[in-house]
Amino acid sequence: MSQLMMKQEEHRQARQDLSDVAADWSNDQEVFRQTHWGKVMMWIFLLSDTFVFSCFLTAYMTMRASATLPWPDTAEVFALTIGGHPIPLILIAIMTFVLISSSGTMAMAVNFGYRRDRRKTAALMLATALFGATFVGMQAFEWTKLIFEEGVRPWSNPMGAPQFGASFFMITGFHGLHVTCGVILLLIVASKVLRGHYDRTGDYSAVEIAGLYWHFVDLVWVFIFAFFYLW
Amino acid sequence: MDKDASPAAPDMPQQHPIGLYLKVWAYLFVLSALSYMVDYFQFQGIVRWGLIVTLMLLKAGLIISIFMHMAWERLSLVYAILVPPLALLVLVRIMLFESDYVFWTRAIFMNGGG
Repeated sequence: MSQLMMKQEEHRQARQDLSDVAADWSNDQEVFRQTHWGKVMMWIFLLSDTFVFSCFLTAYMTMRASATLPWPDTAEVFALTIGGHPIPLILIAIMTFVLISSSGTMAMAVNFGYRRDRRKTAALMLATALFGATFVGMQAFEWTKLIFEEGVRPWSNPMGAPQFGASFFMITGFHGLHVTCGVILLLIVASKVLRGHYDRTGDYSAVEIAGLYWHFVDLVWVFIFAFFYLW
Repeated sequence: MDKDASPAAPDMPQQHPIGLYLKVWAYLFVLSALSYMVDYFQFQGIVRWGLIVTLMLLKAGLIISIFMHMAWERLSLVYAILVPPLALLVLVRIMLFESDYVFWTRAIFMNGGG
């Protein structure tokens, strides 16, 4: 049975309960046979990535809770002066909105992909990549400002606990790397969409799989925004 | 937009109206604006932490369930992905004990340094 037909069957099914879970898991090696294999693999990769980011955030928690010097006030550190008034955390807020918007366009790209709308899918994916690149650009600006104007280093900073720089560069750096990889992935998949590659194979799942990765990057930012910037 | 009404067109998997995504997008915008407001209006203490965590979990829930289509995935996949991260709560708890110990070691024996 093709992946596509399996998916149809999956959607025809009514609500599942624990006996379905038990049946799937007792299905020898084919626990996830009802779901597209690429999607399952991406989910498992994202699960492992969840643990990586969680380890960083837990390390940050540990460092912050054990620091004897006061932790720098992120509202002040990340403030921007616009029109003579310092607005706290404004750059981070804008970055958050940019990333959420990119998630919105990506979700719609996946939807149009399943409708076999080649142009709209590609256009929305390119818009997503553009938002992502904007995010990385703003992050580069933020890093530059912190390094050259505020004098923040991974081992010290003038505002307080030296652990601040280490957590900041590690966490946002690793997240920025993910966004950058995501932009590249989106551009590759979008160009394949545009060239009609998925129309020929009849399977637009690659768009959804790239989308899963992209939404995950947005998801991680939700946690970084809450724990690192707002806490 | 009802979750149970998803398999509308059986020949097209994961087919939901675009309006659903726009709606979730709007919710995410509002929730982000609210969490920014938490900082802007300088809420402190338990109110601040409660609001930050609640808004964060609401946003994460919307992204995972709707944008990542987890609400429509097969249950065995949902459990396989969502249950393992719960182990992280144990890690967080252990590291809280650890950081408490390190903090007091620094404060008492190392003159606040170390």
